[in-house]
Amino acid sequence: MLNKRVIPTLLLDNTGLVKGRNFKKHKYVGDPVNAVKIFNDKEVDELAILDITATNENRRPNFDLIKNIASQAFMPFAYGGGLRELSDIEMLFKIGVEKAILNTAAVKDLSLVTAASEIVGQQSIVVSIDYKKTLFGGKKVFTHSGKNNSKLDPIEYALRVQDAGAGEIIVNSIDHEGTLKGYDYDLIHELATKLDIPVIASGGAGSLNDFKQAVDLGASAVAAGDMFTFHGKHKAVLITYPKYAELENLFKGQNNE
Amino acid sequence: MFVIIDYGTGNSGSILNMLRKVGVEGCVSNDPEIIKSSKALILPGVGAFDNAIKKFDDSGLRGLIEEEVLVNKKPFLGVCLGMQLLFDRSDEGVLNGLGWIPGSVKRFNFDDISTKLKVPHMGWSIVKSPNNSELFFDGFEEHRFYFVHSYHVVCDPKYVIGTAQYGYEFVCAVRKDNIWATQFHPEKSHKFGIQLFKQFVNLVC
Repeated sequence: MLNKRVIPTLLLDNTGLVKGRNFKKHKYVGDPVNAVKIFNDKEVDELAILDITATNENRRPNFDLIKNIASQAFMPFAYGGGLRELSDIEMLFKIGVEKAILNTAAVKDLSLVTAASEIVGQQSIVVSIDYKKTLFGGKKVFTHSGKNNSKLDPIEYALRVQDAGAGEIIVNSIDHEGTLKGYDYDLIHELATKLDIPVIASGGAGSLNDFKQAVDLGASAVAAGDMFTFHGKHKAVLITYPKYAELENLFKGQNNE
Repeated sequence: MFVIIDYGTGNSGSILNMLRKVGVEGCVSNDPEIIKSSKALILPGVGAFDNAIKKFDDSGLRGLIEEEVLVNKKPFLGVCLGMQLLFDRSDEGVLNGLGWIPGSVKRFNFDDISTKLKVPHMGWSIVKSPNNSELFFDGFEEHRFYFVHSYHVVCDPKYVIGTAQYGYEFVCAVRKDNIWATQFHPEKSHKFGIQLFKQFVNLVC
């Protein structure tokens, strides 16, 4: 897998982990600190935790919980949700998080991306772009956990995000999220071709083949939620992660060496 | 006490978590007395080279730390940018580095190879230790560590204790006397990182 990262994305609702489909119908799936411990034992490449209700509930990030999670995360750990100011981002780094994920705040004001990347380093600032197809007018970027249409075009916006100084971009298809039917490959390919910074594919992964396809099309990393948290058709909660050898084999020839 | 030097930049929180994990007492400090009485010093670092060197100078700790490390030979570990700062200069900035180890820091340059890789180099890579350095546990078949960087060190092979591949082979771990440093993030490299910190602790204690 070397260099091609496989990233479990955990969704947080202030204190508990949740999972849904197309950004809706979230149900409780477990305790975050415990889940991180399990992912730690499974030697995951990287972990992303997103508090999906912080911005909509006008809440600050739950720094106490994030600190607890970070103390168990002996892998690269990215946090997003409710980050509004530079001081929020500095606080994250103080408590042991190495990447800050900006979404709604970046759409509002890209200068936050620039200021943050100057302080904590470009590689530590990730911008997450949620988008979906609209009835007229094609794919548009949505903020506030998929609630508000910003009317921005995802590709044009991603290029501006790169210029603003982001270190990487997570591109998340709301239409594919939680469906296990595969990523939105067209957009991933277009983005990876147009951007110089790493693109992380997110939304819809259901199998290792989906990872491979995204990487073959230029994604530098792949993120998945359901695939690592649910098992079977009744979606029983079970945390899994592929073995290193399995991923190494999957990405053979893609190792940048 | 293992002291993580606090000079206003760096991933001190995650290194502190790692020290706790391997069971040694650690703290993040800029207190001269604590630095003086420490068992070992750890220099973290993220962000830009000039910004970090400037902050290090502004902290007023440089004289004291150089005495502890270069004169008193206190065990020292630099991590990521905390490794790059130990050298003479960097492509990334105009200010001089600390110059504790001769060498310089270059940006990844893929002009001579056909595939253009993305910079920064971000992800896990296998690290090889040409001289089986004591920093790397010999019980692992291979060593994998997490990297995030756009620049890498170029120095005399006699200081090199680890290399990795990204487009070409580059230096990712060095040692000079009591000074060890890694380009990768052992504090974020689960079992491989935990073991590296254990090895460092064994070297110190």
